Amino acid sequence: MFSRILATAALEFAIARRNRWVVVSVAMMILFSLVLAFAGAAPAGQLAVDPLSVTVASLISLAVYLVPLIALLISFDAIAGESERGTLALSLTYPLARTELLLGKLVAQLAVVTIAVVAGYAVAAVAAFATGGVEAADGLPALWRLVWTSVLLGAAFLSLGHAMSCLSRRPSGAAAMAIGLWLVMIVLYDLALLAAVVADDGGAFTTDVFPWALVVNPADAFRIFNLAASGAVDAASGLSGAASSIAAWKPLAAIVIWPVLAATLARLSFQRVTP
Amino acid sequence: MTILTLSKLTKRYGGTTVLDEVSLDIAAGERVALLGHNGAGKSTLMKLVLGLIHADGGRIEVAGHAPGSAVARSLTAYLAENAAFHPAITGREQLCYYLRLRGQPVKQADELLEKVGLADAATRRIGTYSKGMRQRVGLAQALIGNPRLMVLDEPTSGLDPVSRREFYALLDELAAKGTAVLLSSHALSELEARTDRMVILAKGKQVAQGTLADLRSDAALPLTVTIFPKAEQAPQVAEAFPEAQIFEDRVTFTCAPDEKLAVLERIVALRGHIADYDLHAATLDDLYSHISRRVA
Ligand SMILES: Nc1ncnc2c1ncn2[C@@H]1O[C@H](COP(=O)(O)OP(=O)(O)OP(=O)(O)O)[C@@H](O)[C@H]1O
Ligand SMILES: [Mg+2]
Repeated sequence: MFSRILATAALEFAIARRNRWVVVSVAMMILFSLVLAFAGAAPAGQLAVDPLSVTVASLISLAVYLVPLIALLISFDAIAGESERGTLALSLTYPLARTELLLGKLVAQLAVVTIAVVAGYAVAAVAAFATGGVEAADGLPALWRLVWTSVLLGAAFLSLGHAMSCLSRRPSGAAAMAIGLWLVMIVLYDLALLAAVVADDGGAFTTDVFPWALVVNPADAFRIFNLAASGAVDAASGLSGAASSIAAWKPLAAIVIWPVLAATLARLSFQRVTP
Repeated sequence: MTILTLSKLTKRYGGTTVLDEVSLDIAAGERVALLGHNGAGKSTLMKLVLGLIHADGGRIEVAGHAPGSAVARSLTAYLAENAAFHPAITGREQLCYYLRLRGQPVKQADELLEKVGLADAATRRIGTYSKGMRQRVGLAQALIGNPRLMVLDEPTSGLDPVSRREFYALLDELAAKGTAVLLSSHALSELEARTDRMVILAKGKQVAQGTLADLRSDAALPLTVTIFPKAEQAPQVAEAFPEAQIFEDRVTFTCAPDEKLAVLERIVALRGHIADYDLHAATLDDLYSHISRRVA
């Protein structure tokens, strides 16, 4: 079983490399990290005194947009593309279970996301050390937390991309669905929550529903967990006020559960695909 | 020993019946060709055998196992019609992948590529391959691990005539080792003497099955006789063959297979008036269109 997953992962990684997905993802992360490190480091929180923590705080709002986007872009073609090329039917006549095929792809694509995330954050961290000297070492725990939560966030959205890929059957449709999903979960979700909070004006929604609504979305959970843990104030999001009142285990649970949930969803969607 | 058993296999899509109670057995070492017009149900039948889709009726057994089961999959090789491998990877990488899935040593990849004539292109990306070369990658993967059953959907499409011959030579080798082969094709003439049995589907129904000789004698297709009279002798020849069509330089008519000798005797009797003659048996294409028309 592991050899088949590894074989699939190796092939998929080779494809990602040739398709320039690795280069593009890494370049995107590095570029945005550099911009943040040099231009966006201004809004420092009260507790975050060392330059690396400041950088991490800005990286959080970057990652919330970029990591899901990269994950969806890499993953949307996974099943739909093979189905269209006709290789899906072929692969499924091999002693290769659908779970193994999906896991192999996930492993390879998660490697790409991890490489991109690590490269991007490393550049930002180097910049922080360059400006702040050894003091920046205080921010290393926050940076490490950002890395592994980003990888988990990436895993969740990779599997969501696979689910889109299974449901639409055509690569073009899958791409549209993936972008739609990104818009809804990353952009519109927060806007809708904000609008609801404003309209509710301190009512039951704000006190009872809103904290849960924030935690349920993996991207928001990621943001809240990292912000709360690093003690920084997120200048980019109007949702940070509520974040401080939420117990840290809730967003953490969401971050850990989502990859499993999304992978299950992808697997169930894959079952419905007839090659 | 029977490797593949289909009994009363039925498949419907929506309201249309795509396969209608098709029954077929293939023994080890037997090569069976599946023929039929576009949309006759050949690919559908193969996908059912592979367990990629599920039947609405009837039964399939692959060496006693359910189609698509782990055992059946480990025994079966498949070549999909129009399989297009990812353009970014090389032929060798693609084969190594399939070898690893079957738990075979990856060093066989070069041997397999050699077998299908792709040794020189092994390290090139499949995106740079020609259509026939891509088809050969598909063939190479179907040869992995001495399968008991090979299901090949239009395996020779896109191959040049020499490669086709090489392909059938490969099949002969495999069949000699006991592999059962089910293949579909539109190129009837190339199947002659290359397969043990033919199954003809039309609109999902099995309309004929048997060796080529069986099908020929069942259909009893007429032969075409052409006689070229000597100069100025045409009227005499035409008189002797009143059933014939008369042309300027020849007369032609058809005769049933069992009248062949009688016709020959009549021709010999006219020896003095005849310059030459031709006797044409029905071609495979004639036979095929006759059978499909008979059903329609
Ligand atoms: N997923 C599907 N949904 C609906 N109809 C289908 C589906 N797949 C196949 N069919 C129909 O089943 C019939 C048989 O198709 P099939 O692909 O088996 O034909 P074929 O004999 O392989 O033809 P060809 O020689 O063109 O390859 C066709 O009428 C086709 O339209
Ligand atoms: Mg077909």
